[in-house]
Amino acid sequence: MTTEATSIAMPAAKRRAAEAARTPAVLTIARRELAEGMRNRWVVSTTILMAALASAIAALGSAPTGSTSTAALDVVVVGLASLTIFLVPLIALLISHDAITREAERGTLLLLLSHPLARWQIVAGKFLGQLAILTLATVIGFSFAAGFVVWQNGSAGWQAFVVMTAASILLGAVFLSLGLLASSAVQESSTAAGISIGLWLLFVAIYDMALLAFLVAQGGHAISGWIMDLALVLNPTDAYRLLTLGEGSSSMLSGMGGVFDNSGLTPGLLVAALVAWCLVPLAAAMLVFSRRNL
Amino acid sequence: MTLETVILDGVRKVYGGRAVVHDLSYSLMPGEVVALVGHNGAGKTTQIKMMLGLTRPDGGRLSVLGADPAHGTHARRALGYLPESVQFHLSFSGRETLAFYARLKGVPVGDCDALFARVGLADAADLPVRGYSKGMRQRLGLAQAILGQPRLLLLDEPTSGLDPALRRELYGIVADLARDGATVMLSSHALTELEDHAARVIVMNRGRLIADGTMAELRRLAGLPSRLRFHAEAAPQRASRVGDMWQLELSEAEKPAALRAALDAGARDITLEDPSLDDIYAHFLRREAA
Repeated sequence: MTTEATSIAMPAAKRRAAEAARTPAVLTIARRELAEGMRNRWVVSTTILMAALASAIAALGSAPTGSTSTAALDVVVVGLASLTIFLVPLIALLISHDAITREAERGTLLLLLSHPLARWQIVAGKFLGQLAILTLATVIGFSFAAGFVVWQNGSAGWQAFVVMTAASILLGAVFLSLGLLASSAVQESSTAAGISIGLWLLFVAIYDMALLAFLVAQGGHAISGWIMDLALVLNPTDAYRLLTLGEGSSSMLSGMGGVFDNSGLTPGLLVAALVAWCLVPLAAAMLVFSRRNL
Repeated sequence: MTLETVILDGVRKVYGGRAVVHDLSYSLMPGEVVALVGHNGAGKTTQIKMMLGLTRPDGGRLSVLGADPAHGTHARRALGYLPESVQFHLSFSGRETLAFYARLKGVPVGDCDALFARVGLADAADLPVRGYSKGMRQRLGLAQAILGQPRLLLLDEPTSGLDPALRRELYGIVADLARDGATVMLSSHALTELEDHAARVIVMNRGRLIADGTMAELRRLAGLPSRLRFHAEAAPQRASRVGDMWQLELSEAEKPAALRAALDAGARDITLEDPSLDDIYAHFLRREAA
C-alpha cells in the first residue's frame, strides 16, 4: 500500500521544478480577475466611460481660460477631480461588490477553496486584479483628456494632473476594498450590491450634507480645527478632495484652498488616511472571509 | 506516516443548533472506491466540506492525508474535488480554465493536454465553455479534479445529468485512479448505478452512518430476499401471483433448489432479481425509522 502511495506521487525532482515554477497564488488570482474584467468588457466599458467624460471636461474646461495665469490643465484637474469623486467610487464598487459572492453563486468558490491556497490570498488576488482594471481605465481615460489639453494649450500644470490621477486610483482602491468587504461578509450579490449603494451614497452625498448641517447648526461658532480635520479624513472622498484640490492653482479654482489653509492636514497625512482607508477594510475582508463557515 | 487517507473519529457538525453530522467514525484507505450514499440532507456534502477544510467540525477528530484540513493548505495539493454543480466562467475556453486551476495547484500547465485527452475533450479544449454541453462541462470538471494525480478524490454527485456512456467513462477514470493507489469517494443518490463501481458503500441517514461495507456485506446484513418470477402452468409452492406471473421471495440459500423446482415445473420467462442498492438503502432507512 505504501509503495503504491509513493509511486503515484510526482518524482521528487519534477515536483521541485514545479514548485519553483509555481506562480504565487495571489498573482494567479489577480491575473484571472484581470482576464475576467477583459472578457466581461469591464475594462473596455469603464475606460471608454472615463475617456468620454474626461474628454468632455477637457474640451469644455480648456475653452474659456484664454490667457489667464491659470494653466489649462489645472482647470481640467478641478473638473476631473469633481467628477472622479462621484464616478470612481461607483465604478470601484461595481467591480468589487460581487467578487466573492459571484464565485459562490457560480459554484466555483468551493472549488477555488479546495485548492492549496489560503482564503486571504483569494481576497488579496482579487483586490490586485481589480486594482489593475481600475488603474488601466483611469490612466487611459484621463490620458485622453490630458492629451487633448496638452495638444491645445501646452503641458503647464502636468504635475497636478499626475497627482490627481494617482490620487484617483487610490480613491478607487479604497472603494474596491470596501466592496470586497461587503462581498466577503454576505451570501448574495444582491445584498452586497445594496450595501455598496449605501456606502456610495453615504460617502459621496450624505456625509458631506450632514457635516454641512452640523457646521450650520453650530451657528458660525468656530469648531476646533482637529474636529474638522478628523471629520475630513473620516470620509475618503473628502480626503481625496482636499488632496487634489487643496493646494496649488486648483485650490483657487475649486474653493478648497480655504479649507486646506485652515487645516492641519498635510498631503502626506491625507495620503496616509487614504491608504489606511484602503488597508483596513481589505484586512477586515480577509479576516471575515477566513472566519466564514461555507 | 499514517496509511489511511482519511480518518474520521467521532466527527460532529452542528448548523444552527441542529446536528447535521453525528459522531461519525470511519477511515478510507488508498486504492478504495467508496460510495457515500444518502438522501439530500443526509450530511454527504457537509462531510466533503469538512474534508476540504471549508467548514470545521464541532467535535471529534478529522485527518485528511495526514493533516487537519482546517489548518494549512499543503495537503490540498494532493486532493481533487468536483463540486456538485459547478458553472465555469462561460467566456473562457476549457484550456484557459484548466490552466488557471493547474497554476493554483502547482501542476505544470503543459500537463493539461494529456488530461483533455483522458476526459475526451481534446477537440473542444480551445472552445469557450459557453458552447459546452452539460456532459462536456462535467468532463472539464473531472479534468480539473484529477489535475496533479490526486491521492484523494472527492466527487460530489459526479454523474447527475450525465448520459450513460459518459457515466461509464467517468467510472473508468475512477477505477484507473484507484488502481494507481488513489482513494476515491463518490457521493450519490443515484444508488443503483454505483453498484458495480464502488467496492465499499457508506450509507448515511440524517447525519448518522447506518451501514458501511461491501455490497455483498450490505446485502447479507439487510437479509433482503431475491425475487424469482416466471410463467408456469402449475402453481409452485409458496408462490404468490403478481400480474400473470408467479413470484417467489428467496434467501441466498434457497435459490438453487427453488430454481430447479421452477424449471422442473416448466417455467418460462424467468427473471431472478437480487435486491438492488436502492432496496437495501430503503431497508436500512426503514430499520432506522423503526
